[in-house]
Amino acid sequence: MQSIDWVATTIFVALFLFITWLGFWAARWRRGDLDQLHEWGLGGRRFGTLITWFLVGGDLYTAYTFIAVPALAFGAGAVAFYAVPYTILIYPILFLVFPRLWAVCKKHGYITAGDFVRGRFGNRWLALAISLTGIVATLPYIALQLVGIQVVVGGLGIGGGGGLIGDLPLLVAFLILAAFTYSSGLRAPASIAVVKDILIYFTAIVAVIVIPTQLGGFGKIFAALPTAKVLLATPPANSWGSFSAYATLALGSALALFLYPHSLTGILSASSGGAIRRNAALLPGYSFVLGLLTLLGLFALAAGVATMPQFAQGFKQYGASFAVPALFIHSFPSWFVGIAFAAIGVGALVPAAIMSIAAANLYTRNIYREFVNKNATDKQEAKMAKLVSLIVKVGALAFILFLSPQYAVELQLLGGVWIIQTLPAVLLGVFTRKLNDWALLVGWAIGMGVGTWMAFSANLSSTFPLSIGGFGLPGYAAFYALILNLVVTIVLTPVFNAMSKKVVFDETVAADYH
Amino acid sequence: MDGSNEERRGWSWWYLLFGLEFLLVLFPGLYNSVEPSLIGIPFFYWYQLLVVLIAAVLTAVVYFATKN
Repeated sequence: MQSIDWVATTIFVALFLFITWLGFWAARWRRGDLDQLHEWGLGGRRFGTLITWFLVGGDLYTAYTFIAVPALAFGAGAVAFYAVPYTILIYPILFLVFPRLWAVCKKHGYITAGDFVRGRFGNRWLALAISLTGIVATLPYIALQLVGIQVVVGGLGIGGGGGLIGDLPLLVAFLILAAFTYSSGLRAPASIAVVKDILIYFTAIVAVIVIPTQLGGFGKIFAALPTAKVLLATPPANSWGSFSAYATLALGSALALFLYPHSLTGILSASSGGAIRRNAALLPGYSFVLGLLTLLGLFALAAGVATMPQFAQGFKQYGASFAVPALFIHSFPSWFVGIAFAAIGVGALVPAAIMSIAAANLYTRNIYREFVNKNATDKQEAKMAKLVSLIVKVGALAFILFLSPQYAVELQLLGGVWIIQTLPAVLLGVFTRKLNDWALLVGWAIGMGVGTWMAFSANLSSTFPLSIGGFGLPGYAAFYALILNLVVTIVLTPVFNAMSKKVVFDETVAADYH
Repeated sequence: MDGSNEERRGWSWWYLLFGLEFLLVLFPGLYNSVEPSLIGIPFFYWYQLLVVLIAAVLTAVVYFATKN
């Protein structure tokens, strides 16, 4: 069992205090009326290219990503590198789709994907399905950010024994998060993201230079790895094996990413469509860092941290997620460990804040205002959203404290399968109103059902062993369920159109999308 | 620079560059090898990191080419 590292802990706490101050100060940054939902929940849609870069970067590349992707590399090897093509492919989608979505949302005051679908298709039930999917997919994601904090706090030597004292740092971090999100809204994570990203870039670049030097160079590192982990397994004769799995994981994850409510919240807070397009070219900077951090998982494997006695307790408690923290403690002096862990810990607060804001926006706009209180004033709306952002976080915290984090991991996996089912209504809806709203709803339901079944039948792993005519095409369950969803929607569209002669409702016009 | 005065309607042939990005990464059979390695890093890894940079450049090209 490691003892508490006081130097690292002091630096960690100091950085946390600084961002706490920053989070509260943010309420006064580009001051707006925080009793308006678009001010609290979208920062007034006033963030330019640079702040959007920090905010969306801090939003998409989460603490969980920085812990889990290297952990996958540590455990499974090359397949974890799918995170790189995944985060390459998100940017063409960002460039082509989201300036249009931004424009129509700005024009009509939409704050959520549910708002857009409600306006575009005029079907409150379809909008409800889209909104509920968003909320359900987001909750385990918030829980996993808290897991990220737990792992680094454990790495500092605190809370190894578990119990209430062990959970105390997490509770404190949680209270900080809840308080500044409530008071400052989206401005808080936007300002904190600047600090977090500087810390992450510094950490990643130093780690990728220093650690290979210590380990005797890249050649030695890769030679020390088990051969099976260096590359993808060559597929057998009658299957695309690991190749189709790798490609569909990358493509499916890329298609799903911007459908998550927190991604949309980040993007809608940009000040113009041009700021979004510019970011499509600038955000790959983070993909590069994610690639470097993924390599850290392999470095940890080569360094042999798993068998070092001082890390036995950490690995026992956190599994492969402990690989990167252990590697840092093994390779760096305490002060650097403090900075690196703060980067991850602060990195958890940014997306957790945005996710809770996004879920709160969805509940307030598409459930509360649509089904509970139709005549809510702007002030009631903003108040409800602030309250819900708290409830959502308490739920995530309870999840982590009282249930196994493993459930959060599995639910997050299912969340990816579910959120991608909103693609036909949201992403295609940006380009066309030709798909029938009820056909979209049926397609969504079938995609949800079959996707969930695929994930469970593959024992809650992401790769479903699809086989067509004896030829194996193992692939990402979310991707295959999406294809089914699209086919159902397209086939049923003329059927439903023929059944109902009602005039198509669409409160948006073509010019709204530019 | 404000997005509002930018003229962007419909299809542009420059978007085909995005298709190139998909082709570069979606066929892992093309790059699933150790050699040629770069300063000890297997091709599989440095190739994909290189594509991150290529993709960023391609996106920038599309941005400037379709700006007006």
